[in-house]
Amino acid sequence: MSYVIEIDGLHKHFGDVKAVNGISLKVKQGEIFGLLGPNGSGKTTTLSMLATLIKPTKGTAYVDGHDILKEPSRVRAAIGFVFQEPSSDDLLTGKENLYIHSLLYGVKVADLEKRIQEAFKLVDLTDRQNSIVRTYSGGMRRRLEIARGLMHQPKILFLDEPTLGLDPQTRDHLWKYIKKLSTERGVSVIITTHYMDEADVLCDRVGIISAGRIIATDTPANLKKSLGGDIITMKIKSPNTAAIRRLKYVKKVERSGDILRLTVKDSDLHLQELLKKIGKVESVEARSPSLNDVFIKYTGRNIEDNSAEGGWSQRMIQARSRNE
Amino acid sequence: MSELTGLYGMWYRELKVFMREKSRIFSSLLNPLMWLVVFGTGLGSAVSIQGANYQTFIFPGILVMTVLFTCIFFGAYIVLDKRIDFLKEVLVAPISRTTMFFGKALGGTTDAFIEVMILLALGVFFGIHYSVLSVLLTLLTMFIVAISVVSIGLIIGSFMNSTEGFGLIGGFVVFPLFFLSGALFPTNNLPSWLAAFVGVNPLSYAVDLLRGLLLNLHTYNLWLDFSVLVGFAVVMVVAGTLAFRRLKP
Ligand SMILES: Nc1ncnc2c1ncn2[C@@H]1O[C@H](COP(=O)(O)OP(=O)(O)OP(=O)(O)O)[C@@H](O)[C@H]1O
Ligand SMILES: [Mg+2]
Repeated sequence: MSYVIEIDGLHKHFGDVKAVNGISLKVKQGEIFGLLGPNGSGKTTTLSMLATLIKPTKGTAYVDGHDILKEPSRVRAAIGFVFQEPSSDDLLTGKENLYIHSLLYGVKVADLEKRIQEAFKLVDLTDRQNSIVRTYSGGMRRRLEIARGLMHQPKILFLDEPTLGLDPQTRDHLWKYIKKLSTERGVSVIITTHYMDEADVLCDRVGIISAGRIIATDTPANLKKSLGGDIITMKIKSPNTAAIRRLKYVKKVERSGDILRLTVKDSDLHLQELLKKIGKVESVEARSPSLNDVFIKYTGRNIEDNSAEGGWSQRMIQARSRNE
Repeated sequence: MSELTGLYGMWYRELKVFMREKSRIFSSLLNPLMWLVVFGTGLGSAVSIQGANYQTFIFPGILVMTVLFTCIFFGAYIVLDKRIDFLKEVLVAPISRTTMFFGKALGGTTDAFIEVMILLALGVFFGIHYSVLSVLLTLLTMFIVAISVVSIGLIIGSFMNSTEGFGLIGGFVVFPLFFLSGALFPTNNLPSWLAAFVGVNPLSYAVDLLRGLLLNLHTYNLWLDFSVLVGFAVVMVVAGTLAFRRLKP
């Protein structure tokens, strides 16, 4: 198996802040790897080091077989990057931005116009390509930047929260396209996100990152399986927890007030018996575990707790007012 | 090959931005025209220098001043690129830092050149007589000056993170270079302390050379002027490429 990305004990410290604190991981060719973690966990810093934008404090990585420290230009020739922050020139039109990108990233001049039009079509901006980027909406600008990152057809793609601020339809569309890139063209993708569904649906493997470390890596299905069962939530006044705990298939029992949360193996087979033993239930809900449950298991925190601040459009407004 | 298209891409972007902000062209021409029309006419009514009308006399110096201001402050666009994160897009591109530097530098040089062309055309109203040769040599000189000064601007810009900071440092560089270049006065009869300052300012040689080319008035040997300018350009361009090597997003 060939690995297109091998990260070996990567560290990045900003003064006292250990933004990345010893990450090692391998990504196979054609794989979509998700980095899932809350704000400030070191996702962007990791990608920036892989893309040779910043130098690691310690450790190194190989991208497309090239050491990021020794052969940064080889690395850059293999990658495409969709940045978390807006990075197009908002005085220029969408098309001018893509044109300049093609020139900088070595798109063959003969293919240029075709690629640009394909890119606009992909993100559904064809009719706005000649408008100045400053007049785009936040989501339109996001789409432009995605089109730009993909259009030179890199072997390896870094997508830093690419779908933040996109409507569900565009999001679906983009997921399909990324899947296609990986299966048909063998493009390898590292995508950061704090959307559970994105990690779940899109990624072949997910690394859960917290405070600069990767604390679990596996397929979404295996990560969820590692919880040992499904999640059953009940509203119940006086549960017979002692009886429940004795059952072999009950992996975990948590209670807060009226709410009882159980982790149960093969819940569909055992729900009947559970309900019989536990006593009178007001309501019950059984569901398969989500990656959020996995995140809670490993960190004791809810990933979505602090992820609302600093959305794409808000950051863009900040960037613009800095600019003026 | 890809370095060359990359270079073209960098340059194309600067040109597009410049063309889009038409006000930039007008405001950058306002300053030299004020000097020529107001200051030149005002002082010209009282003095003429070495047989030339004062307005005509300062014209070459005002050309240099225009290039100086445009090119130094062009460096502020690097700071803005950091702000809008466009710099990341450029830094991740598979082109060398040297290409990045030259793309930017040629962009700034082009901006300055557009202004110089307009001023040269207006020169006939300020008593300048051209020959084909003098125009070509003037343009060559302006190119050498522009690429040197834009390098200084880009070096400053590569170190700065705020436009305010850039304005401060830029002003600190621009004004001494302008006033000590002999743009506004003849340099052949200065007290020795001032002659020393003027003598170490590379732009004095640019003004002198242009005055030689356009008015046939000069203090230094024209080959000396030319050599100093080429040497200055080489040093600044090398320093600029080195500064870009350590440029961070
Ligand atoms: N240039 C910098 N200087 C100082 N500290 C930094 C710098 N860049 C990042 N950090 C710090 O490093 C930590 C990790 O930041 P990073 O941007 O990698 O997080 P992230 O996982 O991408 O978060 P988010 O989901 O908000 O994008 C944060 O604590 C951040 O404050
Ligand atoms: Mg980030």
